[in-house]
Amino acid sequence: MKKYTFTEKKDTRSGFGDGLAEAGKKNDRVVALCADLIGSLKMDAFKNEFPERFYQVGIAEANMIGLAAGMTIGGKIPFTGTFANFSTGRVYDQIRQSVAYSGKNVKICASHAGLTLGEDGATHQILEDLGLMKMLPGMTVINPCDYNQTKAATMAIADHEGPVYLRFGRPVVPVFTDPNQKFEIGKAWMVNEGKDVSIIATGHMVWEAILAGEKLAELGIDAEIINIHTIKPLDEEAILASVKKTGCVVTAEEHNRLGGLGDSVAQVLAKNLPTPQEYIAVDDSFGESGKPSDLMVKYGLTADDIVKAAQKVIKRK
Amino acid sequence: MSTDIKKLENIASQVRRDVVRMVHGCSSGHPGGSLGCADYFTALYFHVLKHDPAFNMDGKDEDLFFLSQGHISPVFYSVLARSGYFDVSELNTFRKINSRLQGHPTPHDDLPGVRIASGSLGQGLSVAIGAAQTKKLNEDKQLVFVLMGDGELQEGQVWEAAMYAAHHKVDNLIAAIDVNGQQIDGPTEQVMSLGSLKAKWEAFGWDVSEMNGNDMTDVVRGLELAKNKTNKSKPVMILMQTDMGFGVDFMMGTHKWHGVAPNDEQLEVALTQLEETLGDY
Repeated sequence: MKKYTFTEKKDTRSGFGDGLAEAGKKNDRVVALCADLIGSLKMDAFKNEFPERFYQVGIAEANMIGLAAGMTIGGKIPFTGTFANFSTGRVYDQIRQSVAYSGKNVKICASHAGLTLGEDGATHQILEDLGLMKMLPGMTVINPCDYNQTKAATMAIADHEGPVYLRFGRPVVPVFTDPNQKFEIGKAWMVNEGKDVSIIATGHMVWEAILAGEKLAELGIDAEIINIHTIKPLDEEAILASVKKTGCVVTAEEHNRLGGLGDSVAQVLAKNLPTPQEYIAVDDSFGESGKPSDLMVKYGLTADDIVKAAQKVIKRK
Repeated sequence: MSTDIKKLENIASQVRRDVVRMVHGCSSGHPGGSLGCADYFTALYFHVLKHDPAFNMDGKDEDLFFLSQGHISPVFYSVLARSGYFDVSELNTFRKINSRLQGHPTPHDDLPGVRIASGSLGQGLSVAIGAAQTKKLNEDKQLVFVLMGDGELQEGQVWEAAMYAAHHKVDNLIAAIDVNGQQIDGPTEQVMSLGSLKAKWEAFGWDVSEMNGNDMTDVVRGLELAKNKTNKSKPVMILMQTDMGFGVDFMMGTHKWHGVAPNDEQLEVALTQLEETLGDY
């Protein structure tokens, strides 16, 4: 098992904030909109540096999506910022008609996704956003795993023509990816090569997958770990190549079992290479208030859960 | 009457013929609101807008128009074709399979002249405001126009946008509302009363004026007045009184022709009331 270490923990939302400021420096077509959550989305740096390109929208997310769609006409690249719940479910029709169907170059940037929002509870802990967004034709869906990758992804989507959903979160998590990484949309990252089981993880679950890989190694199981940061378009080639080798797969995501990464992977496998698969995901339920770490344990989203799922799926080969 | 007004009225007559023929041709679509707004569209595209039918999406140094109540697509398509965005013969494909002229307008199939999809109501004002702010960033002095329906004002997003435009002083925008007092289930006053639109929009910080949307002289006056009100720190609103179905007597003033196409006999009667001025498609 390849060794991964970290010297600090940071929130992925800060990766977004820093990436946005960089993207703003690089390209004056980048504009940003925020629905009364500048601090939460870490958009202060962009706002302070480029006040003429920053738009406070107030608590009006539907309007924000429409504004962003309109701003693309004339060449701007709008980044919208609010919580994941208000970035997707609340404004689904606005995204569908004004952004996706209209083919507008809007970047929908969503923080506080999933259970790790913590104490605010289920009203804010959206677990359906990846599914909602990936069903929209033409929408690119990205869920990076740490601060560095989120920063790189934020800069990369500014250069990508077309609507993007970028999902990140609130908790501080290990920073373990290369600070100078080149972020390639749609390209899986091979975290660890192995031969016994493929662990395909996205977002915060990638670090859990690494911890699981270390525990599995102690048990004599050689796990291949793949980071799928781009859920759509999915790197089918990387998934199939891995599963051909290992013959079984565990998917891991901080999302509903229905409609997320696991289902996307299952569809690829069902069509090309039917393979035993176990899901690490929230089992079709809402979340609840609590400390993020306690919630991840209660809802079965830890390294230990991945280890158990790997052992189980290997037996199904 | 000036020759200009007469010329615009002639075009509007042909546009109305196009509208009833289009909805008849596919036995579906929305003639009522389309007929009511024919004068506004004609004045806009043939007199007011600085626009280029060669069409590019960004529309730099052009005036932009957005249709928020996408269901009145027939009138939009007719003026776009009549002003040269695409061949008028394409109007014959309206709502048929493999057409760029979808039931509700969209840029998805690269139809020249359409910059945003609309149909799901309440979204067009936000889009227009966004486009207007981009014009400001680009130091582009041209204006952005948007048309909404009155029933559409029941959508909450419209009021989010109304508040935003005033707060951000989006004063390069001229919005209009087609006040025909009708919606699918009946008169707006019965379905969901709108109250005083003038008082509402003024309270939201807009400069509000009114015009008779079915009197070409007044439409031209109203639009020119609105242009003079731009760049004065307030978004500009025109409350445009119209009759749904204007120009075809049996369709006028009732919600019953909101989304119903005429049959062969009704088409014939309608066409006797609308002079063919530019040649049917």
